[in-house]
Amino acid sequence: MSSSFLFSQFMGGLTTAMFLFLIASGLSLVFGVMRIINFAHGSFYMVGAYLAWQAVQWVHPTGGGFWLAVVIAAVGVGLLGALTERLFFRSLYGREELYQLLFTYALVLILGDAAKFVWGTDQLSVSAPPALAGSVQIFGTTQPLYTLFIIAIGPAIAFALWLLLNRTGAGRMLRAAQMDREMLDALGANVGTIYTLMFAVSAFLAGLSGALVTPIESIVPGMDVLIIVQAFIVVVIGGMGSLWGTFWGSVIYGQVLSFGILIFPGFSLFSVFALMAVILIVRPWGLFGRPL
Amino acid sequence: MTVAASTPMLRRHALAATALRDRILSGGVPWTLVIFLLMATVPWLGSRYDTFLASQITIDALFAVSLNLLLGTTGLVSFGHVAYFGVGAYVCGILMKTYGVPFSLAFPASGLGAALFALVSGYFCVRLIKLYFAMLTLAFSQIIWAIAYKWNAVTGGDQGLPEIPYPHLDWMSSIPGCADLSIGARFYLLTLVLVAVSLAIVHHIIRSPFGRVLTTIRDNPERAAFLGINVRLYQLASFVIAGGFAGLAGALYGIFSRGVFADYVFWSKSAEILIMTILGGAGYFWGPPVGAAALVWLNQVITDYTQYWSFVLGAILLVLLFGFPGGIVGGLDMLWQRLKRLRNA
Repeated sequence: MSSSFLFSQFMGGLTTAMFLFLIASGLSLVFGVMRIINFAHGSFYMVGAYLAWQAVQWVHPTGGGFWLAVVIAAVGVGLLGALTERLFFRSLYGREELYQLLFTYALVLILGDAAKFVWGTDQLSVSAPPALAGSVQIFGTTQPLYTLFIIAIGPAIAFALWLLLNRTGAGRMLRAAQMDREMLDALGANVGTIYTLMFAVSAFLAGLSGALVTPIESIVPGMDVLIIVQAFIVVVIGGMGSLWGTFWGSVIYGQVLSFGILIFPGFSLFSVFALMAVILIVRPWGLFGRPL
Repeated sequence: MTVAASTPMLRRHALAATALRDRILSGGVPWTLVIFLLMATVPWLGSRYDTFLASQITIDALFAVSLNLLLGTTGLVSFGHVAYFGVGAYVCGILMKTYGVPFSLAFPASGLGAALFALVSGYFCVRLIKLYFAMLTLAFSQIIWAIAYKWNAVTGGDQGLPEIPYPHLDWMSSIPGCADLSIGARFYLLTLVLVAVSLAIVHHIIRSPFGRVLTTIRDNPERAAFLGINVRLYQLASFVIAGGFAGLAGALYGIFSRGVFADYVFWSKSAEILIMTILGGAGYFWGPPVGAAALVWLNQVITDYTQYWSFVLGAILLVLLFGFPGGIVGGLDMLWQRLKRLRNA
């Protein structure tokens, strides 16, 4: 195995990782505060991808307008998330986990079919923005500029989220809600608004990642349930509710998947699920999380 | 010695028979028996398609009841129950198709295989609480899915195992009235009997002292532990039994649908079976079978009109979660109580 081959496997793993981080960070945020697994997070991601495609059609049918489309998709899905929280989720707080889980699954079913109804079942795709359409040579490998952009945006989003959580008033409220929501409520904070905001941020991230994936992967029905399982694995490895845990969880996941193919061909899928199971058995709160 | 051992049993049988006679005489109807007999007439009175639907309902009913042993009786939310269904389906399918093992051996083997996997995976799962438990069951079911999807040599990979043979049911020709039945209808009758026996066993387990302990654990695990009950051991036992019966349902389903495919084991199937259970009513033994019948029937009616079945299912789930958390049987039970109160008042 030449070093340039290993390098290209590594870069492939890193691209997967940073993508998954974008998606999983929102999932982890909701879990940290609300202690629920939001199955609909994958659906938000899918809606983001479709919205981006739709926006490109509106803005610039011949190509271009990519960045505007990304913004439209992310904001649109963020609003959808806020609306979902206000209309439905609100009345499920305090109910059993099962009901909350099944509610998010109902959203998966509804959004999946709604997307089929609006956009059909054909594969759709969006071309990469012209500025990032080329590629560069690194260590004797060809790296598309767009994947380098994705690798750069992962840490950027992580840093932005860290700033939001640690350096703003809203972030402080979120962290307080993560620790003890009853106490926060009793202190007179508007917990309802905090939850809506958090849900909106989480859905915004899902929509953003859905829009950003469009130049690399085609948009198809079923992308929602495939991605959500991968995002779970990442969140479980890193630790549910931990931002940096999710970040490193994505990196580990990407590399295990990328090099797992070399070690046991055909069983890389098995190895990531096995990794998830092992982590849950040994350290249920993840590598970087804290016990509940 | 033999007499001494069998006398209490005989007495119990006699008591049961008297109870049945009393119920019939007092106007009470043995509904279980009536429903079983009605279901058994489907191949003669209904169309081929009705038999098809009835088979699906019967198998789903067993699958959902096995899940409800965890959910309703023991209070464990599994998001990966389809793993055990899948293991059963693959064990039975591989034994019958690849090795030509007769159904009479492959069927119990599939239940045992699924129970064994439930023992191994459950050993780890019951150590975790609530959401982590759900996540680990999901992880195990995805492991099974990954194996089914990729291990071409044994599971057929993404092609699956098509054309699993029917068991030999020629002997049914000697039963009066069965000579003209198709192999599908015969397999349905066999399924119905096997599922009825399985449901009777699960019902017996839930009513036994062992089942009462499970209910205690569901209601208050801490108190159960204070009483000296080994909570994890009981939860594991429940997990293994539930896995075994799910495996039996999977074996029947593989033969019924003429093949076993990796799609059967994908995680969203676990969600569907949970919906079935909740729709019928997880708090009642007959909830899951009612949920199975309702979902299979609704699916058939709605897909005649629209291809957007998932959308309708999602909408049903929303109504259920926000309006009728007790499910269909829970709703009927509430209605019945209200009527009784009206009549007494």
